[in-house]
Parts: sequence; structure tokens; C-alpha cells
Amino acid sequence: MSALSRSRVWNAGGVWIVFAAVLLVMPQLFSSNFGLTILCQIGIVIVSCVSFHLLLGEGGMLSFGHAVYTGMGGYFAIHALNAWGKGEHYIPVSLLPLVGGLGSLCLAFFLGFVSTRQSGTTFAMITLGTSELIASMALMFSDFFGGEAGLTANRVTGHAVLGITFGPQIEVYYLIAVYCFVCVLLMYLFTKTPLGIMLNAVRDNPMRVGFIGYNTLRIRWFAFMISGFFAGVAGGLAALNFELVNSEVVGPVRSGAYILFTFLGGIKAFFGPIIGAVLLVLTNNVFSSLTKAWLLYLGLIFYISVMYLPGGLASVVVRHLEAVKTMARLQGIGGGAGGAAQTAFGKIVKSYLLLLLTLLPLMAGVSLIIEMLYQLQLGDSISSDFYFAGDAVDPQNPWVWILGLIFSGLCTLLFNRARLYTQQAWSDFDEIVKSHQSALEVLQEAWDGVQHKAEDEFVPEFVHESADKSTHQPTHQPTINGGQS
Amino acid sequence: MEFFVINVLNGLSFGLLLFMLSAGLTLIFSMMGVLNFAHASFYMLGAYFGYVVNHVLGFWLALLLAPLLCGLLGALFERWSLRRVYAGGHVPELLLTFGLSYLVLEGVQIVWGRSVVAFTLPESLKGPVVTLVSEPNHHLSVFGRWQDPALWQALCDSSRQSAEALSQCSPFPMNRLFIMLCALMMMALLWGVLNFTRLGLIIKAALTQPQMVEALGHDVPSVFMLVFGLGTALAGLAGVIGGSTFITEPAMAASVGSVTFVVVVVGGMGSLVGAFLASILIGMIQTFAVAIDTTLVKILLQLHIQLGDSWLHNPVLNLTLTQIAPILPYLLLVLVLIFKPNGLLGKKP
Amino acid sequence: MSPNALEIKALCKNFGPTKIIENLNLSVLRGERVAIIGPNGAGKSTLFNLISGQFAPTSGEIRLNGRAIQGKAPHEINRLGLARSFQVTNVFPNLSVFDNLCCSVLWSLGHGYQVLARLSALKDVSERARSLMHSLRLSGKRNKLASELTYAEMRALEMGVTLGSGSDVILLDEPTAGMNNTETSQFLALMLEVTQGKTLLAVEHDMGVVFGLADKIAVLVYGELIAYDTPHAIKSNRAVQEAYLGVAP
Repeated sequence: MSALSRSRVWNAGGVWIVFAAVLLVMPQLFSSNFGLTILCQIGIVIVSCVSFHLLLGEGGMLSFGHAVYTGMGGYFAIHALNAWGKGEHYIPVSLLPLVGGLGSLCLAFFLGFVSTRQSGTTFAMITLGTSELIASMALMFSDFFGGEAGLTANRVTGHAVLGITFGPQIEVYYLIAVYCFVCVLLMYLFTKTPLGIMLNAVRDNPMRVGFIGYNTLRIRWFAFMISGFFAGVAGGLAALNFELVNSEVVGPVRSGAYILFTFLGGIKAFFGPIIGAVLLVLTNNVFSSLTKAWLLYLGLIFYISVMYLPGGLASVVVRHLEAVKTMARLQGIGGGAGGAAQTAFGKIVKSYLLLLLTLLPLMAGVSLIIEMLYQLQLGDSISSDFYFAGDAVDPQNPWVWILGLIFSGLCTLLFNRARLYTQQAWSDFDEIVKSHQSALEVLQEAWDGVQHKAEDEFVPEFVHESADKSTHQPTHQPTINGGQS
Repeated sequence: MEFFVINVLNGLSFGLLLFMLSAGLTLIFSMMGVLNFAHASFYMLGAYFGYVVNHVLGFWLALLLAPLLCGLLGALFERWSLRRVYAGGHVPELLLTFGLSYLVLEGVQIVWGRSVVAFTLPESLKGPVVTLVSEPNHHLSVFGRWQDPALWQALCDSSRQSAEALSQCSPFPMNRLFIMLCALMMMALLWGVLNFTRLGLIIKAALTQPQMVEALGHDVPSVFMLVFGLGTALAGLAGVIGGSTFITEPAMAASVGSVTFVVVVVGGMGSLVGAFLASILIGMIQTFAVAIDTTLVKILLQLHIQLGDSWLHNPVLNLTLTQIAPILPYLLLVLVLIFKPNGLLGKKP
Repeated sequence: MSPNALEIKALCKNFGPTKIIENLNLSVLRGERVAIIGPNGAGKSTLFNLISGQFAPTSGEIRLNGRAIQGKAPHEINRLGLARSFQVTNVFPNLSVFDNLCCSVLWSLGHGYQVLARLSALKDVSERARSLMHSLRLSGKRNKLASELTYAEMRALEMGVTLGSGSDVILLDEPTAGMNNTETSQFLALMLEVTQGKTLLAVEHDMGVVFGLADKIAVLVYGELIAYDTPHAIKSNRAVQEAYLGVAP
């Protein structure tokens, strides 16, 4: 299986066209005010989360203070907007996010110098400390930060170019969409540059990087600045969108949210943080009003993810896409390989149905318990009638608890069985794939379009021998003398 | 004079409390390379468990049982969750403990609600242990708790004195002394265990050569579990003391958590002595900042420096030290890192 | 330019009170191949760590092509023309074979920290990486993740990452560690081929490799160099025999 982030499933150009199309079309699908608000937020948070991914996913740097750079970008932008509103130094409002970006870039230059001299855990703690520093300063220096209430501005200032004033939300949306597209594209391209690949190297093996001529600290520092720049752009967009910044935007809660959701989206694939961003906005705006216990659910999901699904949702998507692609290739090989794979995959799909069947009641049981707990504890702040799934339930009644716990217990057992069944189905599928490994590899090389000269196909004995042990079939590589370089 | 003495003692006690917290964190980190982001959560749990046990069995049993409970929970967490992510490196470990801190916070709020709970010290620990009285004739006396209060009551009752004959009475609270004693006992115990027991020897060996220790027949995973439990138990102990002395509420983890990490980084990751120095330093700085409570403008004026109007009224320069106090540890962090990137006593990795 | 590619004078390294390297003197001519042998714990890896910049020596001098390099950082030393491989394979596990090699050639081709061009557009990088892959017989594994290679393939990649920078002085730390006889002889042939014309220092335990590779052999025992001579002379050296066999014949 090839690298997750280099999955050949994506045709290089096609994905970006789809992305742009989606950005264009979304407001037509969700044209209500609420829908537009959500879309705008998603566009902004995508840039924030992808910039966070540059640090964590690409560089292995866990920052506990990313909100500092998004938030400060917002503050710089608001100050600029207010200055422009007063008629000083006029620049088009559409360039405002860049002000945020440049401001955060400078901040990242200084704070990054201090932070990136350490790696791993120490780096994380330093970012925590600097984030607390800025967050505390936000309440102290009310001149710049506007104190508790924050700062406001009016985005409808200056001349309207082509009649665009950015008053209506839809105009703001399209501005955000353009920035989102360009920023994500630029960040993606960054991962393909020399610095980008060296950043991956630093993530994988920071010690070795020094021995191939690069200063590891410099790489980290530059990446930190680039991430900070884009984070600042996101902050500037937010300032434009909400016309308000307050101390929350640099706070630890927001930093924590970036960590949580970028991780849930997936840090092993570039599109993971995009999924995470969508989840973040939906959770904050939709899920949080469904239940008082949303933070607990979120914490539980995150906790379980770290243990059992370290690649996040993106890894799930990629795994399935890879499986489908492999099945198609096995069809091409023929000899019943395709058929066997399809049966195995069918078994997997069946196991998912079982999984869902057991998961839904389990979730119902667990959330009943949790909701009742919250009702009991915080009951006086919510209405005294407790409704769960449309029915009134009395949390004071011990029987509800006992039945609920027993029910949840049973569902856990059933769910565990289903989970094991799914695991078995996947390992069966993987076995079939493995048994056709070498044939697949030949196909893979042809697909890659690498031009093989006769010498390139020479695989010397010692490499051959070790490879044989991992396949069930004899290899088909031709043995040709020579191997002249 | 007494102002200085009292504040040094206060600073020391606060610093020692910080050290109780950071010692457990440092122990876990130097042992297993894991930074327990949820360490402050165990501090909070210690306070809440202490509150419950205090209600039922009294304070002194709470002091014993709450840390044990925290240690047990910590060990279980290590065994059932943390162990699964070791293979992934330090980032998943941090993320997992980060997630744990969220869950503990929510859990505490479910069980005990969102407001402050009444966890207070027993009577024997309330009130001053010594009172320093500085009389107008510059005569300084020290009155102990065991002495007849009538001896200094008259001196301290300012309503019965004339403005010129005012004495300065500075009590040093018993609870602060208690913190110091507990911390010192904890340090002594830790030092004793690490240096004079077989378990301590195994721990120290496993610190640098875990595979070798395992090869010699010791159950290293269990040692890890024990050390993690020990670390969280120390946090729990700090929690019982801190929660009863100061406040017990859901926000207590967040307020003390970041300072603890600052202490560990400033002291040098993995260094117990460094953590000790950093805790005392930060304890002193915080205490004196709040006690002195002046502004930069006042300092400059006292130095007879002429200030322009805009400087005199500049809001930043007019911030009192008390207002700045919360960010002082973080400023210290940045300052130390600029000149000593590995902390005060840290080693180059 | 000094005829010595590497010159070590009075090198000492202590870890606390323990002396690991004691008063080591060694000179390696340009283009020479030196094998470093000695019992375990003799300080061979420490010596490599000192030369390549991982540790700073307690005292003494190390000169690379006449320039003092003791105490410099690893990346500085690499830029001055020295590269090393590791006994435990130390490549970039989540990158493909091709990307691993691209990383190793980037700095020496002068691309630095640039972000203005895509890696795939840099012809010199892909050329160099491709020819390296070819000489290491890894062209067929171009897009395989480094973590998915077999052990022997990984050792080959390890050497490739070391050679990528085009350094003239190469340090190989137990390159054939963990290989069986067939693999070892194949690897030896590969080593000879790809390090042609370079100055080579190799720590080795396999005597077949040592005698097949070395112009000179250095014997390190308890941090001291007890012999440094041609293979023929070393074979009959009394001190060496004593150190290995514990008895003078």
C-alpha cells in the first residue's frame, strides 16, 4: 500500500477543480442565513486547521497555542480596518486578511525563535506557556486588545470595487471562499517543495536531518512562521466576517479545539484537517445546542480516537478508497483474484451493517445515562422536564438507571462482537491482497509510468531472497546480467 | 522587615506547593518520557476526593486516602490507556493525556457541579502560627501560636491606637506552614525511597536502561505503572492541601496547570532539582509581585525620573504588579528560554 | 590542501568520570579505506559520534581536510564534506525510497530552505536521486515507503541517504549488521562500487568485509588505538591477538 498522502486515487488536478466547484456551489445549496454563516465559518476554520496541520501532521510539532496566531491575526486586522475606516492609509478591504497574516508572521518570527529550539514535548509546553502569556495579556492591555468586550470594526469602508462593499454576507462568503482555496492550494504546494519535504523528514527522524546537511531548528522555525502566516490570514478573515475580536480568539479553549478537531479529521493526510474544520464548525454551532453534554461526548470520541484511530477520519476514507482501487486492479490481474477480493470486501460491508446495528443502541444507552447525569447535576438550570428522544424520562427513578446500565452493558458486549467480526473481515481481505502482492507491484510500477530500462529490473539475489519470504508466490522478475550503473 | 520575612515565607510555601505538583510531573517525565498533560486534573481530583473523605472521615484521613485514590486512578489510566499509545511516540501520549484532562473536567462537573465546594481546613490548621509585631519604636517581636494571645492583642488592635503609635502586625498563617511541612516531608520521603530502597534502585535503573532492567527479571511495565501512580498520587496530595487552603472548584486545574508546566520547562525538563529551583523562584516572584503592588510609573517617580504627560498616564505603565502577576511566570519562561533554551538545569537532549 | 582527509589528534572523551576515548591519534589519507575493529564497548560508535558532531570531545582535535571540526554541529560537519551512516537504520520511515534519497541530496545541490519550486520540478535532484537508487538496486522500490522495505533493502537505503550529499569522507557504522553471509558479500560488492574514490571509515565486525574492504585496519580497545596498519600486518600483530584472544601465541 502506498503512502496515505501520496495516494494515487487523487488525480492531481481533478481534486482541486472539485474543491473549487464545491466552494462555488455551496451557497446555492445552503442559502439560508444560518447556512451562509456556517459556510463562512467553515471556510475560515479550514484555513486555520490546515495551517495547524502544517505543524502537527507535516512537521510533527504539537502546538498548544495555535489560537494565538489566528487570534492575533484577527486583532491586527481589526486595528487596520479601524484605521482604514478613519480614512488613514487606504488599502482595499479584500486585502485585510493579508494584514492579519503578516502580523502573525512577525509574531511567529519572534515567538517561534524561542519555541522551535526545542522539540517534541518541550516545544508543546513552550507553546502552552506563550499561549497563556498572550491570553493573559489580552485582558491586561485593553488599549490594544479592547479588554473583555473586545474590539469591533466596520467592514463596509472605503471604495466599493466593482460594486462589492462586503456588506452582504454572500459577498463575504465568496471572499472567504477565494482565500480558502488559494491558501489551501498554497499550503498544499508548500508540502511539495524542498522545505516541505524536509519538514516531513524532521517529523520522521529529526536526528538524521542534521546528518544530511540541514539545520533542524531552522526548518522548524520556517515552518512555524509559514503556519503562523496562514493562521493570521484565517484570523483576518474572521475579523472581517464577525467584525469583532475579543480575548476568546487567542484563548486556550480555541487552541484546544484546533488540536481536537484537526486530529479527529486526520493528521496523516492533507485533507484530514478539512474534515476536522467542518466538524469543528458543526459541533460549535449545531451539536452544542443539541445536548448539554456535548463537551463530554467530544472528549470521549477524541480519547477513543487517540487510542484506536490515530489517523483520524481521513485514514478511514483513504483505507476504503485504497481497498476499492486494489480491487479494481485485482480484477485486471484476473485468475479469480478479483472475485475473491470482492467477496471479502462484501463481507466487510456486511460487518459494517452489523457494527452500526449494535452501535446505535449502545450510543442511545450511553447517552441516556450521560444526559440523565447532566440533568441531575445541572437540572435547575435547564427545564425540569427531561426529554430524551422525544419521551419524557424521570432521572430520579432508579429503575431507569438500572435498566439503562444493563442495556448499555449488553450493547457493549454485542458491539464488541461486531467489532471483532469487522476486524476479521478486514484481515481476510488483507490476506487476499497480500497473496497477490508481487503481481500488484508490477501493475503499480506500470501505473506510476516509470520507464524501466532492462538494467533497472535487475534485482540482485540478496534483495530477492528477503523479499521471497514475504510472498506466497515466486517472483516473476526477470534476472538479467549486468546491472551497470 | 517583617514584611520581607512574611512574604519570603509565603513565597516559599507557594513555591513548595508548586514543587509538590511539579515533582510528580518531573518524576513521570524523566521516567517514561511522558508529559502528563492531565497532571493538574489529578490535583483537582485530589481536592475533590479530599473534600468527600473530609466530610465523612475527617481531614487527616482525607490527607491519606485522597492521594491513594488518585494514585490508583493514575495507575489504572496508565495500564488501560496510556500503554496503548507508547508505540506512537510522544505526540499521541500528550494528546491522550490532553483528552483525559477534558474528561476529568467534565466528570468533576457532573459529580460535584460547576460551583465552588466548601472544602476547608480543620480548626487546628487555621489561624496564624506566628505573628510578627513591629512596634513604632522599631521593636520587632515574634509571638507564637502557643502563647497567650492577650500578649499581642492590644498591639494589633488598631482601633485602640493613635495614628502615630500604630504597630504593624503580620500573621504567618498555619496553613502555609503546613504546606511547607508537607512538601518537605514529601521530598524527604521521595529522596529516601529513591536512594535507600530496592524499589528506588529499580526505578533509577529503569530510568536509563529499561530493557536491561527487564532482562534482569523485573517487571518494567509494572514499574512504569507504579511510577505513574506515584506521580499522580503526589499531585493528589498537593490537591488536598491546595484545595483546602485555597479553593476547590472546576477551574482549579486550569489555573494551576499551566504554571506547573512552566515550572517544569524553566527548571529543565526531567530535573527534580531544577523543578525545585523554578518552583521557589516562581513562588517568590508571584508573592512579592502581589505584595509590593506598585506600578512602573511609581517606581520611576521614586527614582526621581521626570516623566512626560503621556508616560504618566500610559495604561501599560500604570498597571499594578498585582495585575501583571498572572503573566510573570510566562514572561520568566520566555526570558529563560532565550538565554537557556534547555531551562535552568536542563541537559542537552 | 592537506593530504589527510581526516586527522585526529589526542582525542579524549569522558562521560562523567568514565573515559571512553583516551588520547586517540589517527590519520586517514584521501581515498583511503580504513576499517575500525575492536571488541564491543571499545568506543567505536563514540568515535564516530565525535567525528560526525553528535558529541563534542572533552579534549583533542579533529580535522577534516585540514579544517578543525571538533565541537561543530552535525549539519555543519556534513556541509564540510563528511557523511555517516548508522548501525540501527535511521532513515525517514514515512517517506518513499525516492523521497528519502531526494532529501539526502537537497542541501548539497544548493536548494537550501527554498519554497519557490516544487521538488518534482528540480531536475538535478531527481537525476541524482534516480542514479543513487539505481546504484543501490532500489529502482524497483521507488515509491515504497521506507518502513515497508526488507531489512537488506533498508540497509541499502541507509547507505544511500549517507551518500546522497556527495561527501568525500564517508563513515559507515556496521553497514552489514544483521545480514547473513550471502547478503553480506552482496553488500560488500555494493559498498565497494558506490564508495569508489571516496575516503571511507567503516566500523565492522565481519572479518570478511574488513579484509575485503580495507586498505588499513585500526584496532580500538578500551578507547585506545592499539594498532593501525595494513591488514597483513594486523593479522600478525601481537597486541591485537592478545586483545582478541586474550593470550599471546
